[in-house]
Amino acid sequence: MDPLLSGDIGFAEILIVLIKVLIAFAGLMVGVMLMVWFERKLVADMQNRIGPNRAGPFGILQTLADGIKLFFKEELSPAKSDPFVYRLAPFLALVPAFLVFSVIPIAGNFSGDNTGVVTIAGHETLMQVADPQIGILLVLAMSSIAVYGIMLAGWASGSKYPLLGSVRASAQMVSYEAALGLSIATVLLLAGALSTNLIVNEQAGGRWNLWMTGLVPFVVFLIAATAELNRPPFDLVEAEQELVGGFHTEYTALRFAMFFLAEFMNVVTMSAVIVTLFLGGPNGPLFGITGWVSDYLLPSIYFFGKLFILLFVFVWFRATLPRFRYDQLMDLGWKLLIPLSLGWFLLVATVQVSQDQGWNPIVVVTSVVVIGVLGASLLRLSIRTGNFRRTEESEEAEDSHMSPKDPGGVR
Amino acid sequence: MRVEMFVFVVSGAICVAGALGVVLFRNPVHNALSLVATLFGVAVLFVAQGAYFLAAIQVIVYAGAIVVLFLFVIMLLGVDQDDDVRFEPIPGIRIAAVIVGISLLGMSLIALLSSPDVVTGAPSALAPLDPATPDVNRIGAALFTDYIYAFEITAVLLTIAVVGAVMLSRQSPEVPLDTEEFPDGTMASELAIRREETSVADSVDTDGPEPADAEIAADAAGSE
Repeated sequence: MDPLLSGDIGFAEILIVLIKVLIAFAGLMVGVMLMVWFERKLVADMQNRIGPNRAGPFGILQTLADGIKLFFKEELSPAKSDPFVYRLAPFLALVPAFLVFSVIPIAGNFSGDNTGVVTIAGHETLMQVADPQIGILLVLAMSSIAVYGIMLAGWASGSKYPLLGSVRASAQMVSYEAALGLSIATVLLLAGALSTNLIVNEQAGGRWNLWMTGLVPFVVFLIAATAELNRPPFDLVEAEQELVGGFHTEYTALRFAMFFLAEFMNVVTMSAVIVTLFLGGPNGPLFGITGWVSDYLLPSIYFFGKLFILLFVFVWFRATLPRFRYDQLMDLGWKLLIPLSLGWFLLVATVQVSQDQGWNPIVVVTSVVVIGVLGASLLRLSIRTGNFRRTEESEEAEDSHMSPKDPGGVR
Repeated sequence: MRVEMFVFVVSGAICVAGALGVVLFRNPVHNALSLVATLFGVAVLFVAQGAYFLAAIQVIVYAGAIVVLFLFVIMLLGVDQDDDVRFEPIPGIRIAAVIVGISLLGMSLIALLSSPDVVTGAPSALAPLDPATPDVNRIGAALFTDYIYAFEITAVLLTIAVVGAVMLSRQSPEVPLDTEEFPDGTMASELAIRREETSVADSVDTDGPEPADAEIAADAAGSE
């Protein structure tokens, strides 16, 4: 709970909250603008092209120019569209993207006994728009609402390609939400709370969840987040060669701009969520400095630095990896990521309990390994049997194509 | 007007409007969306009562998963336009529904009007049981200690449902496939051999919606 709102709420408190909302909104908009430019420029570099270079220095104002163009274009809506839902869908895509950012702590001193509380004009507050008890569940709720935007956009267009795109999108997002949730659960197990402030506080002093949870949840989360964002290599939703433009094929002008904005905003907010969950949020060495440097300057530099690295990784994915086939996508999600993250969750839980109870570590490790191997081989056996039944293929061909354990099989 | 009252009136109005929409709209997708509006209104009411966890789960599970599945089925399969609404599967069910509905409404109205309380929208509990621990932790502790048997039995029940659904949807290789798609009575085993010949063996079964289905769904969507 934000200490600002625990007492009486007067004019000053409301003003502080409004300022925080404004800063988050403006910062996110500018961040998204820069992200679009950054992605285009970086992909261009990686593909040996020049990229946008006309508007402003290094083409940095290209997004603004595109935005103005889209703003003044004529809005078209297809004759067979459903008028109300067609207009509603872009907002359903955009609003959740904004709301997720409200629970992300972007600064504050978390070292020692500090809990990220800063003082603004005599009022104590946290450097995040809101710190609800349910914290990270809000992120999950919003990502499940974001499905509606894409799904309804495709349906309301009254056209075939958008419908196919949106059916693919909703299947993909619902499938990967499970892996996403399970890797979040591992983090929550260590933090013992849902609040993002407490999760970041738990990671103070270099105890980042990246290694405290043993790297696997981070990798699973990164892959599932990429799929959840419908970004390459999981961009079957708008696979140009197959579906024209996917769910937003029939959208023009400002409504298309809103989908575009939502897509990039989701990349930024999802990276911020990863920073919060796994990379310690605004945590970092403060060199014993106190005052505004350790409250605002250094933590925000650390936060945005980590955010920038993740954004780079997402762009890197896009420039490097070819698109998945639909069955490979579903195999990866259901047969590899979900069992892996569930197994890892059980492992971390076992380690936690054994530490609390003071069990013999050798016995714990041995039994974990035995149970893990047994479970993995049972799972592999059932997947193999299923594949064998379904395709009647020879086992050699199956090993090279379908086995999730085989690194060559999952591309 | 106090803030609690305002929140209660607004979210209550959304709930009621959504519920009416579920019944009155003619397009199934609009019905499903109205259901989402109702679920959101209820979630806001939960927050107003201090039940944050319940509100989050309401949005994640009901709005985020269940209604998405409804929409998925509506969009993918379309809705049978030939359904005759005048057909009564059980005789007299329509009259019984009207009687039950009116008596439920009457009972709630009587209960509401006869109580001395006025609507304020304030939380019905005076204070949290234990302000130091968040309600999420308390729910978790209760679920995994006092109600562990109920919790585990529910989990087993859900697993049984999943296994049952898988068993029902499995086809043995010697059963004719969907006669609409394969009018010549192709057996599943023959199809598997055919797949192997065309060397797309591992992509057919899960290769997204069949174009034919999507076309039907698009037509159904367009004709609304």
